[in-house]
Amino acid sequence: MSERQIQLEVLRYNPETDSEPRFQTYTVPCLNEWVVLDALNYVKDNLDTTVSYRWSCHMAVCGSCGMMINGEPKLACKAFIHEYPDKIRVEPMMHFPIERDLVTVAEDFITKFASVKPYLIPKEDKPVSAGEFKQSPAELMKFKQYTLCINCMLCYAACPQYGLVPEFLGPAAISMAHRYNQDSRDGGRDQRQEVIASHEGVWECSFVGACSEVCPKHVDPAGALQQVKVASTVDWYKEHLMPWGKK
Amino acid sequence: MSKSNKPIVWGPFAAGGTVTAFITPILALLALFAAMRFSPSLFTYEHIHAFAAHWLGKLIIFGIITLSLWHAAHRFRITLFDFGVRADLVVATILYMIAAIGTVSALFSLLSI
Repeated sequence: MSERQIQLEVLRYNPETDSEPRFQTYTVPCLNEWVVLDALNYVKDNLDTTVSYRWSCHMAVCGSCGMMINGEPKLACKAFIHEYPDKIRVEPMMHFPIERDLVTVAEDFITKFASVKPYLIPKEDKPVSAGEFKQSPAELMKFKQYTLCINCMLCYAACPQYGLVPEFLGPAAISMAHRYNQDSRDGGRDQRQEVIASHEGVWECSFVGACSEVCPKHVDPAGALQQVKVASTVDWYKEHLMPWGKK
Repeated sequence: MSKSNKPIVWGPFAAGGTVTAFITPILALLALFAAMRFSPSLFTYEHIHAFAAHWLGKLIIFGIITLSLWHAAHRFRITLFDFGVRADLVVATILYMIAAIGTVSALFSLLSI
């Protein structure tokens, strides 16, 4: 196993004591197989115990270790050292307030995510004794991709529109709403449309597509948002030109 | 939160985007051919005029022109916003007015053929 010295530039900031963020550089002896998270853990274990960052699973499942690595939103556990030059700069995710060092405040995302009712709202109430809700493989395929979201918020860090308009509901929340809207067992679309078809909902999206580029789970939020736009447009024409229709 | 009325402008924008993606390159190519004085018999003035004189031809030309205009107007509005022009209402009004004028003049030009 080959070893390589890298310079890890870590953004340090404690909003309670520091007037502004600064960079601190650590020299880390890395194994070639390491990911950036391993380098951070090395710093925390051996060089500086005060560095703060979030992580848990180390295998791109928990979605905690999102950060800017050389300017790009990445999961630190999925960013291999051998793909980077000897100097690696890590910063907290863009567009989020800093809580401390690489830890960001996620409240805005959590509130928005909850507002789209990201859970199954059954079409019909059915007692357990009546058996399961059946779903064909074709029906599952319609939304399976969107279930892979791990709420890592990299898409929010990548979205220039979210940076410009902080009220924007954002990629992950809308694609998760789309995931449930596409589910054959679900009947909650009308409730979710009230939120996602609003001005701050899908209509703030200008289809830049950065969300889909950075998504570590290949959810393709940009694709979901385009489908939501088409469906919301059809809704609008139905509601306004054919008011005798539903509702 | 109430539902947005954005679909009014997004519908023509999306349709226009699809139309222009497929048709505009062909129109540019045909215009280039004509400029180079290369016009196969199918694209002579008489043939194109006859096409534009037919009601279906009128409809197709009208669709392409108006949808392209509304697409361009909306795209330019978003581009200006991204470039930092935040007077969205003014920008939108001017651009959609241009598209509306183009729509009306296309309608009258086609009907006069």
